[in-house]
Amino acid sequence: MSADCEAAVTPAALEVAATRNACKLCTPLGACVAFAGVEGSRTVLHGSQGCATYIRRYMISHFKEPIDIASSSFAEETTIFGGRDNLLKSLANVTRQYHPAMIGIATTCLAETIGEDPAMHLRGLPDDGLVSAPIVHVSTPSYCGSHADGYVAAVRAMVAQLAERGSPAEHVNLFAPMCSPADLRYLKEIVREFQLPHTLLPDYSETLDGTTWREYHLIPPGGTKVDDIRRTGSARASIEFTHVASASETGAAWLEEACSVPRHRLSPPIGVRKTDELFHTLESITGRCTPAPHAAERGRLLDSLVDGHKYVSGRRAAVVGDEDLVIGLAVFLAELGITPVVCGSGGSSGRLRTAVKSEIPDKAAEIAVCQASDYLEIEEEVRSRRPDLIVGSSKAYGLARKLNVPLIRVGFPIHDRIDGNRTLHFGYRGAQQLFDRIANALIESKQDSSTVGYAYM
Amino acid sequence: MSAPTTDTATPVTPNESIDAAGVRKKMLENYPAKTRRKREKQIIVNEKQLDADGAKVLPVIAANTRTAPGIITQRGCCYAGCKGVILGPTRDIVNITHGPVGCGYYSWLTRRNQTHAPTDEHDNFITYCFTTDMEEENIIFGGEKKLSQAIQEAYDLFHPKAIAVFSTCPVGLIGDDVHQVALSMKEKLGINIFGFSCEGYKGVSQSAGHHIANNQIFKHVIGENDKPRGRWAVNLMGEYNIGGDSFLIEDLFRRCGIDLVATFSGNSTYDQFANSHMAKLNCVMCHRSINYVADMIEKKYGVPWIKVNFIGATATAKSLRKIADFFQDDKLSENVERVIGEEYPAVAAAQKKYRPRCTGKKAMLFVGGSRAHHYQELFSELGMETVAAGYEFGHRDDYEGRRVIPSIKVDADSRNIEEMNVQPDPDKFRPEGPEMARKAEQRGYRFHDYDGLMIDMKEQTLIIDDISQYETERLIEAIRPDVFCAGIKEKYAVQKMGVPCKQLHSYDYGGPYAAFQGAVNFYAEIDRMVNARIWSHIPAPWDEISPVKEVSE
Repeated sequence: MSADCEAAVTPAALEVAATRNACKLCTPLGACVAFAGVEGSRTVLHGSQGCATYIRRYMISHFKEPIDIASSSFAEETTIFGGRDNLLKSLANVTRQYHPAMIGIATTCLAETIGEDPAMHLRGLPDDGLVSAPIVHVSTPSYCGSHADGYVAAVRAMVAQLAERGSPAEHVNLFAPMCSPADLRYLKEIVREFQLPHTLLPDYSETLDGTTWREYHLIPPGGTKVDDIRRTGSARASIEFTHVASASETGAAWLEEACSVPRHRLSPPIGVRKTDELFHTLESITGRCTPAPHAAERGRLLDSLVDGHKYVSGRRAAVVGDEDLVIGLAVFLAELGITPVVCGSGGSSGRLRTAVKSEIPDKAAEIAVCQASDYLEIEEEVRSRRPDLIVGSSKAYGLARKLNVPLIRVGFPIHDRIDGNRTLHFGYRGAQQLFDRIANALIESKQDSSTVGYAYM
Repeated sequence: MSAPTTDTATPVTPNESIDAAGVRKKMLENYPAKTRRKREKQIIVNEKQLDADGAKVLPVIAANTRTAPGIITQRGCCYAGCKGVILGPTRDIVNITHGPVGCGYYSWLTRRNQTHAPTDEHDNFITYCFTTDMEEENIIFGGEKKLSQAIQEAYDLFHPKAIAVFSTCPVGLIGDDVHQVALSMKEKLGINIFGFSCEGYKGVSQSAGHHIANNQIFKHVIGENDKPRGRWAVNLMGEYNIGGDSFLIEDLFRRCGIDLVATFSGNSTYDQFANSHMAKLNCVMCHRSINYVADMIEKKYGVPWIKVNFIGATATAKSLRKIADFFQDDKLSENVERVIGEEYPAVAAAQKKYRPRCTGKKAMLFVGGSRAHHYQELFSELGMETVAAGYEFGHRDDYEGRRVIPSIKVDADSRNIEEMNVQPDPDKFRPEGPEMARKAEQRGYRFHDYDGLMIDMKEQTLIIDDISQYETERLIEAIRPDVFCAGIKEKYAVQKMGVPCKQLHSYDYGGPYAAFQGAVNFYAEIDRMVNARIWSHIPAPWDEISPVKEVSE
């Protein structure tokens, strides 16, 4: 891990080669999350079967839902003779078992290292009509980037390989960064209440956070319909939510370029100001006012921030996770009067520092940003800056435990709490829930460490 | 209540609660012809025949064969078996994953192997996950330099006794020589450093990784420390301290006066491995993952091995007595009987409480290379019947017993894994081991005594190797078990069908389930699961009435 922490970095630390407790997952995982948000889809990882198993078990421990990922299961000789036969066999077997509406293929580092080209292999699909579902393939070598990049790449691959150009219709396309199913559900609710027809891609709000089932489903219900992905090319606009994804590499960028769909690039709607930006954008696209329930939600949020400022104002936090989430949460914490003294991510877009500093100019000097970083580097910063709480995934638990400060669990992965897939980060409602959790954690920590058993706080 | 003295296994009664052949047909019907032919050999109805001498002949099962592409398997990879399973539980070896970031991350504290360092001053690296996090330029230009640097950093940070390097898929392909890097860093730093060629594509499952891990530990660590051990010195092999199982077994051994030299590898340390050849008896729990080491130690150092099982109260008592029987020492037998006597009342009380609540219910177990067998003991102690079972990465001998080993065909996948040629060590081979074993055999004591899972399962039950997710769903639909035991990958799919799923990899973050206290924990846990209130709110897909409709009408 090439250290990229400012402040208190010794020259030796700059040359650190190993990643010590990684703060990112591998690229194909992001592609698997994205493909899981398409109706009737099955994912095949092209490479070693262990990748499918590891990624499945990791996603399942967070989402707590059935998640099936197939593999082309390379053997030792496949690494020598190539993976064509294995890939075609896997497509046939997946089809016979699941009759999918779409098959997503993502490559692993094994396939990429030997130079596999799924597109070329697919031209060898037998003409027997068995594998008839549309197939989307994406290159996701795990030695390039992180899960967040794999997610963006898979979304782009889906529109690039499925979208059809057409005369502009009424709907808009929505592209969220990797977030929770609850975030996606809420985003759809907002847009629906603006009476704005839309396609959210991917939409794993049901597939990765489903109900109990009355009948067994081979593939969990829900997800973006393949036909809707095709229609993204004729949308009136795309709204993408990201700070860090390369402006030319996203799905919305492809649609802008190839299908002339205008693009709105917004920050993920985390915190008050960034959610306001979303509502303003929706107002200008639809010509409607913000629906009253949402305006009221904003009002109650601000009222509670007034009520609770005494608990949070002037406190210090460390924020760790995916870059887009870290930036969003840092900005929100700053809105609360909490200084995000350490912002860390394993993501390597190179844009984290600039984004945090420019979004929070008045506190920029107090914030250490660790980009392309790992938990041991982040720990060094955290130890010297002594935050009152940590906001991050379950992987930050060790750090919070060592420092004896509360951990507010957000993002991915959350595998030591039950509500990873229901954790809301977006919008006024998400801000409300995060604020309540943060304020309560600080109150609880004060209460528990007090020698007097105060019940009024 | 007195301690049990007989085996509880009652194999010959046919199972009448399921139509095994019909279920098998249903599971196979949808596959393409080639895949179906393959799976037909791995989905078996347990029908034992009697040979001319009246001995039971078991059906043959295909196992340890490659999963067909596109079949969603429970299996992991070679790396997972090597780094995650075998070396993961050892607390004072720094493990470095050489490869891109994912493999290290996914094996970082995901298995619930626990460890107990005596003080904070003792090394414990279990919470750390080191990886070279290879990037594109390392794939193109090679990653050896980065690996050397990572080893140096791990050394600078912790000054550990040993560092282990694990290869992921790209490493073998780009020609990085982890063994050479390990050797030169070993010379440079003066600590033991060794590498594993456990690229994920090797073998057909994590089983290949177990073998590779065992070979290297045998080659690089065992035999390094000749400190003499006590008169009843044993190793416990293939026990990984999931949920604290090893802690309970260690406690039993301590109370019996058994000198536990090393556990492979639950709650273990480097020094324990290094000294393990000084034990007098090797006790193998998980036959699949570790029988290689037991065989090699026997050949090189003369330590015989037996199969034990500490899952289930009866099995635990039996295993303790078997160890005592080997040593032929009245004092040890007396200790063992005393400890069993101390533990048994709590077990009997728990059985009395939970058995009526669980009895007659059906269980299925699809897990591991031994758990699908061992845990049947606990279910049978609850009066529950195992109607279908199979391993994720077992071999034929784990199903049919070690007697079939000579007839197992070695395929290309297995040939790629090194079989070490082990010879007796001219200095360290202790002839008293084989001598004791010879005497014991004369009085009917059995070594290398693993008879597999099939013999212990009832007639007309289903034995399924490497069950797929698709088959799992068909099987549950057809048989409707009361509890299904597998792992987290299966858990939520199974529970969508209204059936509780007990994780036997991580124990659902509960446990321990080994030994006597563990059995009591397991009874309570299974009762909690199968009798949980929630199932009354979740009609299974096969139930007739629809509460949803009733509410909406």
